[in-house]
Amino acid sequence: MTALAWLVPAALILGGLGLGAFLWALRSGQFEDLDGAAYRALEDEPPDDEDAPRR
Amino acid sequence: MTEVPTSQFKDAAPFKDAAPLNESDPHAQENAAADPSTMILAVEDMHCGGCLRAVERAAMRVNGVQAARASLAAKRVTVTYDSAATNEADVIAALDRVGFEAAPLEASKQDRGDQRQRYLLRRVAVAGFAAMNIMLISIAVWSGEGGDMDPAVAQMFRWLSALIALPTIIYAGEPFFVSAFAALKGRRLNMDVPISLAIILATGMSIYQTMQASEQVYFDAAVMLLFFLLVGRYLDEALRVRARGEAQNLLSLQSGIATVITEDGSQSKVPANALRPGDRILVAVGERVGADGVVVRGTGEIDQSLITGETMPAAVADGTQIYAGSLSLTRSLEIKVTAADDATLLAEISRLMMAAEQGKARYRVLADRAAQIYAPAVHGLGLVTFIGWLGFGASWQTALTYAIAVLIITCPCALALAVPVVQIAAASRLFKCGVMVKVPDGLERIAEVDAVVFDKTGTLTLGEPQLLDAEAVPAGTLAAAASLASGSRHPFSRALVAAAEERLGTVEVARNVEETPGEGLLVRTSRGEERLGSAAWCGVKKTAGNTAEVWYRYGEDAPVLFCFADRLRPDAAETIAVLKARGFAVALLSGDRETVVARTAQDAGIDVFLGELKPADKIAWLEDRASEGRKVLMVGDGLNDAPALAAAHASMSPATAADISQRAADFIFQGRALSSVAEAVDTGSRARRMALQNFGVALVYNAICVPLAMGGFVTPLIAAIVMSSSSILVTLNATRLAGGKRA
Repeated sequence: MTALAWLVPAALILGGLGLGAFLWALRSGQFEDLDGAAYRALEDEPPDDEDAPRR
Repeated sequence: MTEVPTSQFKDAAPFKDAAPLNESDPHAQENAAADPSTMILAVEDMHCGGCLRAVERAAMRVNGVQAARASLAAKRVTVTYDSAATNEADVIAALDRVGFEAAPLEASKQDRGDQRQRYLLRRVAVAGFAAMNIMLISIAVWSGEGGDMDPAVAQMFRWLSALIALPTIIYAGEPFFVSAFAALKGRRLNMDVPISLAIILATGMSIYQTMQASEQVYFDAAVMLLFFLLVGRYLDEALRVRARGEAQNLLSLQSGIATVITEDGSQSKVPANALRPGDRILVAVGERVGADGVVVRGTGEIDQSLITGETMPAAVADGTQIYAGSLSLTRSLEIKVTAADDATLLAEISRLMMAAEQGKARYRVLADRAAQIYAPAVHGLGLVTFIGWLGFGASWQTALTYAIAVLIITCPCALALAVPVVQIAAASRLFKCGVMVKVPDGLERIAEVDAVVFDKTGTLTLGEPQLLDAEAVPAGTLAAAASLASGSRHPFSRALVAAAEERLGTVEVARNVEETPGEGLLVRTSRGEERLGSAAWCGVKKTAGNTAEVWYRYGEDAPVLFCFADRLRPDAAETIAVLKARGFAVALLSGDRETVVARTAQDAGIDVFLGELKPADKIAWLEDRASEGRKVLMVGDGLNDAPALAAAHASMSPATAADISQRAADFIFQGRALSSVAEAVDTGSRARRMALQNFGVALVYNAICVPLAMGGFVTPLIAAIVMSSSSILVTLNATRLAGGKRA
């Protein structure tokens, strides 16, 4: 049963990391344009607005 | 033909507030202090990654633009710019040069929906995380129950569940608690009341049972319930935001850009919604007038079909009142914008529309009506269980435990998902067919419709005249008349050329044609004058009594008559036959002349028709039908239809419709095909059927589980399985709608 002492916190921390990552992605606008993102991945040229402020 | 002398223009009173136009742009002014500024433009025809880049590049090339980011999903581009160096009009012009029509949006309007959507999505994420972790723990507890699990470990797991569940329920349950509280405060019941009650009671009881070290702990059910409910709520909000965004794009693009003439005579482009009374605008041939006004320079003909429903062009000259939405046909006009809140036609229409909207009983959505029956039933059952068990001599704790189990098991989880998932599926299906769902409730209302009423011009017809009996005219005459007409942009000229091209192949372009707006065309040859135009223009005494006529005369030869009529949409008759076959009553209401309406009705196969109706008459007719218990779908495009669109049970407009009509309509369809109407009605009723099926699924689950719960046989495991399987089943059922082939 001592395994639980670290297994349970580990499960919670991993889950929490996933949640944190999702909330970060949401906040940084990763879900703003799901259709456009599919095409941007195939864009050959380097984006020329890299220094643009993130929305 | 005489041009209006320039002196007259100079004599006109100079406008008092002739501020430089770039600064009159309200957004630029607002943002002048904040540097850099941001503008959001709606962009039409942006479909792929290539378009996305083209739009961004074009915007970036404008001097003063710092960043541009286009969104393919929203069909918008966000531009960060230096307001001292550039403005909206420059960027719009730049996009226009690369072939994209763009129009400014007011930033404030679109933010609120987005925020609510994110608010819900954050809660979905938190509830999902908590549900997974609690389930992980619960499964361990359930499988160890009565087995070899140390009771102390099981107890620790329950406390752990409580630790995760409590903050989650407070955070993720907020939207439901707030809404339920508001409803109770207003002495109403909505779906959120039983939801909130079940969640709060389940949580409270679970904490109590955990303290008692009992097995009746429902943290997993409560959190999973929240998760599924939030998914439903999120989907509902997402549909609303999308519908609203598309409607805003459409309206912004519709009102478009106006060319303003400044005091020094130079021209600049401003968004039409930034026009103010006193501005002078130039309306080029083929452009729509952006605001109500008075013609101050130029004579010509305008197409007012959007406003009056009349297909035939009207002649305008100095001093003629002209309404927003009129199309300039033959000559560019200079118009002085008048206040829109005058006793104008638009003001009258707006007044009628507001009255119609107030008169229309507020429609209650299906889910709320279900809740009205459901909530008392659920609470009644819970109460019966509690009293029943007390009567059988159970302790009050046991009785309460069983009563709460009933509330949890009946909690309208599938019910709250049933409608949103179906509506999302129906809206994406319609979107693929070129129909935009502007008001999500419209999907429910269109399903109840049993009568369809069409407007004539621009709705049943294309709103373009066509030459009648082209075969009867001698080929030589047709060729000569078409040749004369080839340089003119008048709709009759175009129809004549189109008919000639169809029959004879090519049309020779005549030279030295003189055009007199409102009268006709003239070419002088060695054999005499060749004329094409009105009866008077060609020296014809008696006319056929039809305004849709054009005469052709060469020298002293006998004049030849050409008749024109508006043309039905290609699949109009077919669509109406389909609607009639499905048992809908179909009618035609028009502001046009009775004889014209009768012929259109005959061609389209409509038996019930009325002509020469004013907007108020249309409303009165609709009210009569409503009092007979009919639910009417109104399909119309004109300004004169807007009040009727607002008054009808459900409404549709073509994308070419007047601004105000599109605002009033529940659905907007694109393209020339009228079959969209049948498609929308069809999808609406399928969506309704599916929502009812989903309610049925939820009821079957309840029918099985409620007796179990009342009998005290429900364990937390059963509650969890019932909760998730019914929700998943309901969602899967809805996906059938989106997947199906187009009818």
